Amino acid sequence: MSNIGSYEKRIKNFDWSISEKELDYKDGNTINIAWYCSDRICQMGKADKLALIYEGFGGVEKEYTFNDIRLAGNTIGAFLRNLGVIQEDRVCLFMDRIPELYLSFLGVLKIGAIVQPLFSAFGEESLHVRLENAQTRVIITQRKHLSKVRKILDKLPSLEHIIIVDHNESKPLQKNEVSFNLEETTPVEDFEIFPTKANSPSVLHYTSGTTGQPKGVRHVHYSLISQYLTTKWILDLQDKDIYWCTADPGWVTGTSYGIIGPWSLGITQCVLNSGFSAEAWYKFIEKHRITVWYSAPTAIRSLMKAGDEIVGKFDLSCLRHLASVGEPLNAEAVVWSEKVFNNQFLDTYWQTETGSIMITNFPGMKIKPGSMGKAFPGIETTLLDPKTFEPFNKPGKIGLIAFKPGWPAMMTTYWNNNEKFEEKFKNGWYLSGDRSSIDKNGYFWFTGRDDDVINTGGHLVSPFEVESALLEHEAVSESAVVAKPDEVNMEVVKAFITLKPGYEPDDELELKIMNFIRKKLSPLAMPQDIEYMDSLPKTRSGKIMRRILHAKEWGEEIGDVSTLEDE
Amino acid sequence: MEEMKDIILQYVIEEYLEDDDEEITYDTPLISGGFVDSFSMVSLKVFLETKFKISLPDDKATPEAFDSVNNIVNLVKEFID
Repeated sequence: MSNIGSYEKRIKNFDWSISEKELDYKDGNTINIAWYCSDRICQMGKADKLALIYEGFGGVEKEYTFNDIRLAGNTIGAFLRNLGVIQEDRVCLFMDRIPELYLSFLGVLKIGAIVQPLFSAFGEESLHVRLENAQTRVIITQRKHLSKVRKILDKLPSLEHIIIVDHNESKPLQKNEVSFNLEETTPVEDFEIFPTKANSPSVLHYTSGTTGQPKGVRHVHYSLISQYLTTKWILDLQDKDIYWCTADPGWVTGTSYGIIGPWSLGITQCVLNSGFSAEAWYKFIEKHRITVWYSAPTAIRSLMKAGDEIVGKFDLSCLRHLASVGEPLNAEAVVWSEKVFNNQFLDTYWQTETGSIMITNFPGMKIKPGSMGKAFPGIETTLLDPKTFEPFNKPGKIGLIAFKPGWPAMMTTYWNNNEKFEEKFKNGWYLSGDRSSIDKNGYFWFTGRDDDVINTGGHLVSPFEVESALLEHEAVSESAVVAKPDEVNMEVVKAFITLKPGYEPDDELELKIMNFIRKKLSPLAMPQDIEYMDSLPKTRSGKIMRRILHAKEWGEEIGDVSTLEDE
Repeated sequence: MEEMKDIILQYVIEEYLEDDDEEITYDTPLISGGFVDSFSMVSLKVFLETKFKISLPDDKATPEAFDSVNNIVNLVKEFID
């Protein structure tokens, strides 16, 4: 029997107080996510239950009980407090998926500070923009990422402390740097957790838009109410489950469902900190007898490419429930997963801004492969007309996906940019920026984004950010960046560029430009394809017409070109 | 052959390793070990094509074929005249 039971019954009788009651939370009480994820679970008698099973590169294995993560959170919190870090200070976590990343998440929240997780593959420019915007006071990182931080430190007056979790004598500490080795620090048994309230800020995740710099999505501790219940009903986590969320906590899935959801339910979760290989992933599932697996379409399609034969080498009969997030899951992948795992991957839809799953396929529900599923109980969802922003109800007609504000995990603002936040609402609806249709049975069918943001492997990349970075390369005169279709990643970054006089278009230059962006922004933002052009299509007023290039890549009609220069 | 191995190893060290302390060999798993991510494989492919004047078909440029310097050398050799 699944946790949700009957979806139809849940819809009729839903109230978020269901979650509040299960978490013993009452309006006005203290609510601290880290306490719920560790101390409370220990108080429920699960102190000795495994919370984290970790495997890293080179066969490193570690295990932590719920009492271990409680103590680690206390110890890290105490260290930060001793440095003078206080509530609402921004503390960036800039680490690979090592245990300290997950444990620091708890430590930061325990002192009421705001966690700012950033993907460790970010280059120095991406890191700088996000730290500067958040006026981050502390960064917790590893030796291997230190050089990127050192390069930008002088441009970040707010950054007072750089905490290195694996410092050794090979690199002497420099300005603002301090070493902290969790295993060598005496665990702190008793710790006064900061009494955060429902609207106290908790997590700051950065996301990209079509224009402007990345936006810091501010979440609050009350988001736990959504994250707990959606984890329970959609991922269907039950006490004996062994759970694996493959997302990196640098992205929202990795915190909402890779830390908060499972640990607030007292579930054992596994983390594999290594690169992708089908064999390594299957071996990991088999070894730890993983039962519930939350992954992404890009990974699933990569597994499909690796073939069916390799699946047969492993005993994966432990798997009982699979879910997917990040981009639309194609019907073929759903059908394939049922064939090889005897389980369908259930697609879930949500965003950094929503904080928790909004539209989804539920356990026990009739699955229509390729569909996003239906709205989570309590989430009022509609489609809006793109011109009038009025809701409509016509099966098959495409509109803007919109939600009625008020669910617990909804963002509370964009950091230092409330104007952009306000722009996300029209006629009382939150605009997701995505389009879909709804069929006569109430299933949503994704059709695309409403802007130029590129969704590559489930991560959003701003074309503006890449274009701006390209212009900093000495050879690039003009640039336009669009999404290009990709079999595995759904979309990848493609750049159209014109060169400055004196530069010749060749493969060597293409490689230099690729590596320039990879190091400056991130591997995700690196153009997978660069096309040299004599000139870019522009309007008569000189604005680059990105949509013409996009249409060309996707084989679509170019549409109205009346404003095109030289036409 | 030895020279090709060293050229590739050196390129990987210079371009993809973030930590000076990290050491890799011809057999170190590059992709599954997390040293080179799947997105960066594209730039590594462009490097190989440019450096060794070859054209690698996309279906041959798999994570397995790129998973170590030795694997890459074997792949490149297939396409060198």
